Amino acid sequence: MSSFISILLAGLLTENMILSKFLGICPFLGVSKKVPTAASMGVAVTAVMLISTAATYPIYAYILVPCGLAYLQTIVFILIIAAIVQLLEIAIKKFSPPLYSALGIYLPLITTNCAVLGITILNFTKELTFLESLVNALSAGLGFLLAMVIFAGVREKLDEADIPEGLKGLPITLIAAAIVSLSFLGFAGIGGK
Amino acid sequence: MRNKNLKYFTNGLIKENPVLRLMLGTCPTLAITTAAINGIGMGVAATLVLVGSNLVISLLRNVIPDKVRIPAFITIIASFVTIIQMLVKAFLPDIDAALGIYLPLIVVNCIILARAEMFACKNPVLPSILDGLGMGVGFTAVITLMGAIRELIGAGSVFGLPITSSFIDPMIVMILPPGGFFVFGVLVAVSNKLATAMGKKPVKSLGCTNCPGNCNGCTENCGEAIAQEATEQVKEPETEAQAQAEKEEVSENE
Repeated sequence: MSSFISILLAGLLTENMILSKFLGICPFLGVSKKVPTAASMGVAVTAVMLISTAATYPIYAYILVPCGLAYLQTIVFILIIAAIVQLLEIAIKKFSPPLYSALGIYLPLITTNCAVLGITILNFTKELTFLESLVNALSAGLGFLLAMVIFAGVREKLDEADIPEGLKGLPITLIAAAIVSLSFLGFAGIGGK
Repeated sequence: MRNKNLKYFTNGLIKENPVLRLMLGTCPTLAITTAAINGIGMGVAATLVLVGSNLVISLLRNVIPDKVRIPAFITIIASFVTIIQMLVKAFLPDIDAALGIYLPLIVVNCIILARAEMFACKNPVLPSILDGLGMGVGFTAVITLMGAIRELIGAGSVFGLPITSSFIDPMIVMILPPGGFFVFGVLVAVSNKLATAMGKKPVKSLGCTNCPGNCNGCTENCGEAIAQEATEQVKEPETEAQAQAEKEEVSENE
């Protein structure tokens, strides 16, 4: 049980996907202008991470490894993720149009999101069990959501700030991200062994 | 003819530098630049993948059906990444340890998919290879520079050679995650300043025009752009006309 809690805390705070691992920077910088869109993107990423982990883990552990094909990990994983995202999009479109209009446009953008591929690979480099992998994916997704929402809040304030000409746009966004990331450094050590 | 080829190569170095001008590949740029040597390692690996995938995609550009081109591109890119990953693991274990998970993640490096989508799938083989090489060298140069800056301030050395560490205490935060965001922010600001001085537009956001079909979710507009693209796909002639216009633009530039 304690291992689940430490995985959860690591994913949320100390090893935050975006702020300490730099995975998923594109949506982090691109879709974080408003809090609601940032939150929808975070939810969509969390869902895809969980489902991809549930799908890639058994395929890697019970098909690729016994067949001696572990080196195909990258190719197989990216194709599985792409397929899952497509299926998810079709399913949501069919069964829940309101949900589709809220999350739908983010789904195709997630296919090549490095955070999703990253988490499925990290599950194996960290040698987690299946259940731990699911917790890891959930916590990484929630950490992604947390960082997105906090940063979107910061950016909404930034819109009203008087920014030097040369720093307008992307540079000030990156520097703001540096400060948010700095504050997360304060969590270092939480949930450690 | 030679000039034209040279242009494909130099395009990626400064004018359309993938990191500072096209704003692609930000994840590895921020993640692995804790030391200058990592920049070279990642840069060379990504360049090899880029040249290889551009070559193959350019060769197959008339064979791959338009509708499934993105999965096809990703499969080709993933194959090259796997090859590079195995080579690095076998011959350069230090680099493999330093790059860690970011090595397989070259698959989802925006630069590679973007060049496949924007260049290799509509140009012949030689220009595609040169374009890949130029983009790769531009990427390597920027991430090595950024690695050197972060290493100098954060550890007092460059390429492992001590420079300021004997008389200044290094600012360790620069090699920690916040330093990555900060140094990149400053670099983009400087490059924007230079670009404005040269009469070019500064980059204000992640470029949506550079966002290939389903790249990393550059901006909200990107979703709209995809929807637009989907409707435009119905009108094939228009896309052809656009391609034609682009070609003309290239020849005008010369």
